[in-house]
Amino acid sequence: MPYSDKILEHYNNPRNVGSLDVKSADVGTGLVGAPECGDVLKLQIKVNPVTGVIEDARFKTFGCGSAIASSSLATEWLKGKTVDEAMEIKNTAIVEELALPPVKVHCSVLAEDAIKAAIKNYQEKQDVTADREEPATVGG
Amino acid sequence: MNLPIYMDNNSTTRVDPRVVDAMLPYFTEKYGNAASRSHPYGWEGEAAVDNAREQIAELIGATEKEIIFTSGATESNNLALKGVAAMYKKKGNHIITVPTEHKCVLDTCKRLEREGCQITYLEPDKFGRVTAEQVRNAITDKTILVSVMFANNEIGTIQPIAEIGKVCKEKGVLFHTDGVQAVGKVPVDVEAMNIDLMSMSAHKMYGPKGIGALYVRKKNPRVRLEPIIDGGGHERGMRSGTLPVPLIVAFGEAADICRKEMPEESKKTFALRERLRKGIMDQLPETYLNGHPTERLPGNANISFAYVEGEGMMMGIKDVAVSSGSACTSASLEPSYVLRALGVGDELAHSSIRFGLGRFNTEEEVDYVVNLVVREVNRLREMSPLYEMAQAGIDLKSIEWSAH
Repeated sequence: MPYSDKILEHYNNPRNVGSLDVKSADVGTGLVGAPECGDVLKLQIKVNPVTGVIEDARFKTFGCGSAIASSSLATEWLKGKTVDEAMEIKNTAIVEELALPPVKVHCSVLAEDAIKAAIKNYQEKQDVTADREEPATVGG
Repeated sequence: MNLPIYMDNNSTTRVDPRVVDAMLPYFTEKYGNAASRSHPYGWEGEAAVDNAREQIAELIGATEKEIIFTSGATESNNLALKGVAAMYKKKGNHIITVPTEHKCVLDTCKRLEREGCQITYLEPDKFGRVTAEQVRNAITDKTILVSVMFANNEIGTIQPIAEIGKVCKEKGVLFHTDGVQAVGKVPVDVEAMNIDLMSMSAHKMYGPKGIGALYVRKKNPRVRLEPIIDGGGHERGMRSGTLPVPLIVAFGEAADICRKEMPEESKKTFALRERLRKGIMDQLPETYLNGHPTERLPGNANISFAYVEGEGMMMGIKDVAVSSGSACTSASLEPSYVLRALGVGDELAHSSIRFGLGRFNTEEEVDYVVNLVVREVNRLREMSPLYEMAQAGIDLKSIEWSAH
């Protein structure tokens, strides 16, 4: 299958490969896909709690070249966006940017799922933190 | 060294230049129809075909009249199975085969099943092998054919053909083997192995695409087949159609070279295969050889690389032409059915790469590929969340994956 230059470029020089501290309160982690399906994406975001801006994004991907390129591109796009803006990233934009062939559209869907999962994880952490802080506020 | 390096010889092989030389005159000078009896052009063609028939027969221990030319192994397998099923339907309707066969055997079996045949699929062991005892136990009084491939195209595993042939002979059941991967690579003797029908293909043994043959036993027993192509009654009525003389000449020459050079060539190919296999597996932990460790084709190494996906890996090792058992390389979303039949887990099936070494590979190429594979697998593992989890001591099976 022929690949677009952009896929190859991301595959050969993936951006933001790596991991952030899963336990950190300002890090959201999304893990989507399954090994038996041939794709697993782990995508992480580090959010500034004051501004809501994603300051860092990292990924690790088990999958084909299109899956790796989709993840790499997603981390690039996430950096500098607010969480709300990040929620607006659609898989179709990834398809377009990388010129993914139809059989590889699922790679972009997975990338979008990973973004949403990472944001959800981050937001859940904030809720938990808020819950914990609440009694103190009430008491004060 | 030419890039990409060709290591997909289980898929097809480069035509040997000696084979090309032998066939070319039959396009431009000796272009007669082998069935023309009235002039020297025809006689010349017929003589060339007869000679090729002998060359092929000699390679497999048959006689020249037992070689039926076809368009390739897919047709040979179709003819063997459908031809026997139709010809022997009064005797029975039961066929025994193996789930790791090539699709052209399995899909033919499925069609025959729809048409009233009963098919038994023997369960292979984790190396892809079945035993003669399994065959014996599966034979009923309705069994008309046992079809077990000689060597597997994906994993290279060689079946105990002589033992299975012996059981079939004893039970009076016809024995067909898809010999595509084995003929020309390992010794094959239809007499000693009691093979009644065998499919062959020229392009797997350094001949051209578009020509194959079916060996059909003529004595003890005389095997009869209902043809699937009707016409001028060529090939003892079993396969009508004008013989493609240049391709047949090429097939004959390819068979002749294989027969003469096999003792040396198989040693050389085996040495290269082992150099590749050890080179990769000694340097990379958690790599697994699929198929049988010793009962396998000399040139085949099918290796699973844990935590790395096959297609992603092929992109990284694009300087070498190989195949993957990953679903992503095929239109279906399922990983290799052969590896599945062996009980290889889906994640390792997705991680498999088939290296097929052949006549034209060199040590230099093997060393280049070893370095390339080791480098890329290490790079991709650093990028793999599965590898990271495994390193952290997380059992990947304990995770609830969101299957999609």
